[in-house]
Amino acid sequence: MGTLVEEIFSRRLGRTVNAGEIVMVNVDAIMSHDNTTPLAIKAFSEIGKPIRDTSKIVIHFDHAYPAPNQLAAENQQKIVRFIQAQGIDNFYHRGVCHQVMIEEGYVKPGGIVIGADSHTVTYGALGCFSTGLGSSEIGAAWVTSKCWFKIPETILVRLEGNAPAGVYSKDVMLALAGQLGMDGGTYRSLEFAGSYIDALPAHARIVFSNMSVELGAKCGLIAPDQITLDYLASETKAQGPFDQFTAVNPRYERTITIDVSALQPMVACHPDVDQVKPLAEMIGLTIDQVYLGTCTNARYEDLEIAAGILKGRQVSRFTRTLITPASQTIYEKALAAGLIQIFLDAGCTVNAPGCGACIGRHGGILAPGERAFTTMNRNFIGRMGSAEAEIYLGSPAAAAATAIEGRIADPRPYLA
Amino acid sequence: MSRAWKFGESLNTDEIIPARFNLTIVPQELAQKVFCEVRPDFAPGVQPDDVVVADANFGCGSSREHAPIAIRGAGVKVVIAASFARIFFRNAINIGLPIMECPEAAAGISDGDEVDVDLTQGKIYNRTRGTEFQAAPLPAFVLKISEAGGIVNFLKTHDVEELTA
Ligand code: SF4
Repeated sequence: MGTLVEEIFSRRLGRTVNAGEIVMVNVDAIMSHDNTTPLAIKAFSEIGKPIRDTSKIVIHFDHAYPAPNQLAAENQQKIVRFIQAQGIDNFYHRGVCHQVMIEEGYVKPGGIVIGADSHTVTYGALGCFSTGLGSSEIGAAWVTSKCWFKIPETILVRLEGNAPAGVYSKDVMLALAGQLGMDGGTYRSLEFAGSYIDALPAHARIVFSNMSVELGAKCGLIAPDQITLDYLASETKAQGPFDQFTAVNPRYERTITIDVSALQPMVACHPDVDQVKPLAEMIGLTIDQVYLGTCTNARYEDLEIAAGILKGRQVSRFTRTLITPASQTIYEKALAAGLIQIFLDAGCTVNAPGCGACIGRHGGILAPGERAFTTMNRNFIGRMGSAEAEIYLGSPAAAAATAIEGRIADPRPYLA
Repeated sequence: MSRAWKFGESLNTDEIIPARFNLTIVPQELAQKVFCEVRPDFAPGVQPDDVVVADANFGCGSSREHAPIAIRGAGVKVVIAASFARIFFRNAINIGLPIMECPEAAAGISDGDEVDVDLTQGKIYNRTRGTEFQAAPLPAFVLKISEAGGIVNFLKTHDVEELTA
């Protein structure tokens, strides 16, 4: 009974759980990566107890991988030694942690997953409660396999209608960010529903959950349906049978409705995710670097959209165009389908899967005064290097059109 | 008997402890700078077991644990607020700072009032005005984490099963 988040916790605890309650539950997976694992190891060592269940621990190398400098290399060396000493099996360097968590089967409807990364909320698109925590709590969870949560109130986001050509789930999410603001979902569960979501493929739904943390939310959930189950079966190693459930007589704190059919391509402008404008208003702004990557928008379908626009064309000579597939699996699929060749022919640079340029550690750092157009989820000052650089966020299609013109460009004329 | 220190709405983590003082995580050192810009009389004047009372969205802003550590380091018994920002709420419990969410108490307590609390029952008494408020009581396991000084400390000497026992 209740909202999706209340349903998930009620099922887990075998009793009705309501918003506002604080509960302690067993978690299904405890995720961390090269950036956050060292502090978790520190908390774990202070506690001085053994790991409860190594099979729940999942560690990724993705944030600065392959190591761009000696410090990162030494950090990763320490983590590897810890993994070996503790006998942890689930260790990956196959791309961005969140994509790999989904592909490798750690994400299931009704599941509860915690991670030392704010975008752990990504798994909500598949009906899994997931949220980001600090490293000390991750270290504590290694010892306990448990975590406590305060069940949040829920804001229902109803997305209705069909998206016009050139408008993708990223544009819809940016429109919502512009409307709700960066604190509009603080501490809330965002529940995405409506006819637009019902018809949306799972890979595109992931954008909403991924970016719900940009609005301050604790989680961003979508009810698992047949589309979810088909995606899990065909694109992931998750083993069924899978839980299917919906909100039952939910009480929402408020409801926001957006008519998707009235939207146009959007862009989030420097320096905040909620500085959202129609892309049309920003056309012509010169761009030094285009980055198609990250846990938000570097899935196979995103690459396919960009390749469709870049095929037989050249990117602008002074616009460095970086393509970073979210995972090795996606990279392989794109290679087999000829997408990588299209990118290379167009003059793009294809990077190793991972977070790449997203956190300004390596793989595409910006100089002062430079401007990037990216498919990322955040455009905070200094995120990609210089604090005097600017970051604009948009869809993969807008990124591809922008790469060709060297200026922010409307993707619609390029869509056949 | 504890004195109430009253704060307004959306007090952020920088107002609790400015980022430039976050080079240490020693509670007593952080405590010397706690609220230094918004309330310079706080650190010199606060007595052990005083309470902090605030309006909605207390502790918004960054996720740094320094903010609740600084307040705990000052000897504050409990923070009572109309509501807390999500990460502050979590961090407070995990580092062992008791908190109570109660909009009525936040509205009904003024700076300098004498306040008593019963954490287990969720009761808040304003002795100055003779009023009483009910916050949602914290679950027993949360109080155990608080009493131990935080989750890492708790687990050093206890099993997690003891939390829910
Ligand atoms: S791709 Fe960017 S946002 Fe996603 S996990 Fe990596 S650093 Fe974080």
